[in-house]
Amino acid sequence: MTTTQTLTADAPLPEVAGTEKLLLTLVALGLLLLLPATFDADAQRAHACFYAALGLISIGTLGWAGWKYGRKPPGVQHNNLWLRASTSRGAVAWITGIVLTGFYVILYWFSSPDDQGNFGPLNQLVHALDPFSQALRNKPSDQWFLYGAFYTLAILVMGVRGLLKYRHSPYHLIRTGSLMFFQLGFAFLLPGLLLAFQRPEFYFSYFWPLKQDYLFPDTVGYLLKDGGPALGVFMVFWTAVISFVATPVLTYFFGKRWYCSWVCGCGGLAETAGDPYRQLSDKSRTAWRWEVRIIYTVLGLIVALTALLWVGASGAVPALQGITQPLSQAYGFAIGAVFSGVIGVGFYPLMGARVWCRFGCPMAAYLGLLQKHFSRFRITTNGAQCISCGNCSNVCEMGIDVKQYAQRGEPIIRASCVGCGMCSTACPRGVLNLENGPRENRYQGSQLIHADSLRILS
Amino acid sequence: MHLVIIGNGITGVTCALTARQLRPEACITLVSAESTHHFSRPALMYVYLGHMRYQDIKPYEDWFWAENRLELVHATATGLDTATKTVQLDNGMALAYDKLLLATGSRGRRGSWPGSELAGVQTFVTLPDLELLTRDTRQGVREAVIVGGGLIGVELAEMLAAKGMAVTMLIRDARYWGAILPAEEAALVQRQLDAHHIVTRYGTELEEILADENGRVRAVRTTAGEELPCQWLGLAIGVEPNLDLAAAGGLDVDKGVLVTEHLQTTDPHVYAAGDCAQLRAPTAGEVAVEQLWYTGRQQGETVAHTLCGAAPRPYQRGQWFNSAKFFDLEYQTYGRVPAEPAANEHSFCWQHPTRAALLRINFRPDTLAVTGLNVLGLRQRHDTWAAWLQAGTPVTEVLANLGAANFDPEFFRQHEAAIVAQFNQQFPQHAVQLRRRKGLFRV
Repeated sequence: MTTTQTLTADAPLPEVAGTEKLLLTLVALGLLLLLPATFDADAQRAHACFYAALGLISIGTLGWAGWKYGRKPPGVQHNNLWLRASTSRGAVAWITGIVLTGFYVILYWFSSPDDQGNFGPLNQLVHALDPFSQALRNKPSDQWFLYGAFYTLAILVMGVRGLLKYRHSPYHLIRTGSLMFFQLGFAFLLPGLLLAFQRPEFYFSYFWPLKQDYLFPDTVGYLLKDGGPALGVFMVFWTAVISFVATPVLTYFFGKRWYCSWVCGCGGLAETAGDPYRQLSDKSRTAWRWEVRIIYTVLGLIVALTALLWVGASGAVPALQGITQPLSQAYGFAIGAVFSGVIGVGFYPLMGARVWCRFGCPMAAYLGLLQKHFSRFRITTNGAQCISCGNCSNVCEMGIDVKQYAQRGEPIIRASCVGCGMCSTACPRGVLNLENGPRENRYQGSQLIHADSLRILS
Repeated sequence: MHLVIIGNGITGVTCALTARQLRPEACITLVSAESTHHFSRPALMYVYLGHMRYQDIKPYEDWFWAENRLELVHATATGLDTATKTVQLDNGMALAYDKLLLATGSRGRRGSWPGSELAGVQTFVTLPDLELLTRDTRQGVREAVIVGGGLIGVELAEMLAAKGMAVTMLIRDARYWGAILPAEEAALVQRQLDAHHIVTRYGTELEEILADENGRVRAVRTTAGEELPCQWLGLAIGVEPNLDLAAAGGLDVDKGVLVTEHLQTTDPHVYAAGDCAQLRAPTAGEVAVEQLWYTGRQQGETVAHTLCGAAPRPYQRGQWFNSAKFFDLEYQTYGRVPAEPAANEHSFCWQHPTRAALLRINFRPDTLAVTGLNVLGLRQRHDTWAAWLQAGTPVTEVLANLGAANFDPEFFRQHEAAIVAQFNQQFPQHAVQLRRRKGLFRV
């Protein structure tokens, strides 16, 4: 009996202004220059094209963001999100998704250096960064340095876009600034400097179980050996303390957002470069069912694998000798590369920017369990003011149907919530607020609305 | 019991959900001419703006109705026979009911101007209105005129301006939403209208709508004698109840369907609630027909108890509250704040010197009890204010604890100290010490 009712036509789009066309032309020329930067046989010309490309893309994007958001009075600027092909799974989004996915496939499986230090199809791009890599890391560039540079540039440029777009909200300004700081400092410059000083390339902003191997016996052994008596011990200590002490404590006070939307690099890319795609996350109950099935399985896998590796390394069970290594590699391939990289970022324009965080990340699962059961954090609903408009659910990148709670006057306490605060920003009636309150009566709803108790999630 | 509800807006749906809880075995049917599923009417503007799609403004997923055994019928109810207790539908079906709720809502008022039936002239209340607006503004509309300076008027202005149309608003009052907003509040909204390049003509009404050769609006003439070219004209002068079905059933109607305090019509098995209902004897100071999301929800819930239960439950309006957003400026109000200062009340109004932020508290001069709050550009906690208003808390106590009502997000500028300082300057005889600020670890 149920037929899907849709509107007969889409609302009109405003005309594209000349200035916007000009600024987007710079971006397009930058993208075009990536072709000669990749394929030109003349290395010098290729490298010149590479820097010109990055310059044009960055300047064009920043100028465009300044023009688009800076001119208008500060406020929520979500007009036409679902009307433009690029942000509503239209043709442009499919092309973008395929290009991004393809880039990850090439990066992961076709750009390892051969005997001559040739990085496959990415060779020219990798070597274009040699001078920079030498200066920072005191060693030539490789495919991962190229990836890190792209990744950091994306967070910085799109971060500035976010600062302009959400400039009316101090919460978003500080949070976006934090993400940019941790990516640039902790996930790009510091690991490079460590290499320059002949130390292990260590990321102080990634922890087990997201960076699963930081608590694997091999990595611990290598850090202790190559890191030296002081630094190596500190690195292992840092990982263990953050994973097992700081994470529960910080999550108790602030919810999982202290990590997922303030520090984490995956979250950093999602909140900046992925911001135009946040509305694409699936809010259906079906999606939620897949979410809980998959993410806790991944958490279980990595906990079991880590334990297994330590048992294997202890030599207590000789039978494990032959299988721990392949298991570890299988996890790295399926979860570390395919899920978090190819699907996690490649599918941004189709499934939203938090696919990995929502369905796959074991760190998010761990933080989520803490947030749900051992935290003061909640999103409070303001009395009976909700009008069920759906703006909160729409902008939730984690696919939480926020309005189900708001329209009953209930606080939102969900394991998956990363505390980005966008529901609170988008709410046109000032209904939602992220708060760290006492744990007593944390689930207490407003007395001003009589919540219907018909179940939504089950 | 077979409960038939005509209308799947917030009133009808709230009644259906409440009835389902109270009477798990009841057979409940929702009839709607407008849409297959319940959608959020205040969110229609966001579909046009492109923030969301139509499916995103449905408060419940489509499986919800079948799982809760709420039968949906997408048809127009054309006839009502109270003797045989049946509703006639335009698809030929007839629905027999034990109890019937009319939650037929309202439609936009069109007025009686010459030319108000022209193409390109419309109201904006329903899903078909959105469809029409979408089709009529897809191309060729450079200038638009909106008649009316209320909530729908400002919504339309935002929608059309976002698409690049030049918008002029004709507003009868001397200021924006003059019947509701005090002058300072209206001035802040005016700053929003100006910042978004909306042209406003105050003290001006529509005189005549002029057609082009194709029978489409080409211009309007105002009462000031001015001719404003426009290819689209929005009539946002209020809404009027849908009474056709009630009238067809021979029920007493006036402006709305006349109901008792139990929301019962002249037929004992037929009730009416929400926009379409008119209370025969509203409580002093309250209106007989109220067209609000929140009151629709309240009435839907109240009437469900009467429909399902033993003891009929009278409708009680409860404390007033409302909220809105004017472009980028949020508005919340708790309690009563009249547009013009009342003789027996003090009105304390604080405004940020440069930013768009305003807080007004009305209170009794003798007991100091707070009676109402307006905020613009600030968020205040509903539950806290409801308790303060209910208890008649003195304004001094409220201001000392103002931080407890602060609902702004973390890291937002806190204005409590400035507010209290200004109050102490204005009312030195009631000087207040700010005791409670908003904290990072408090709710």
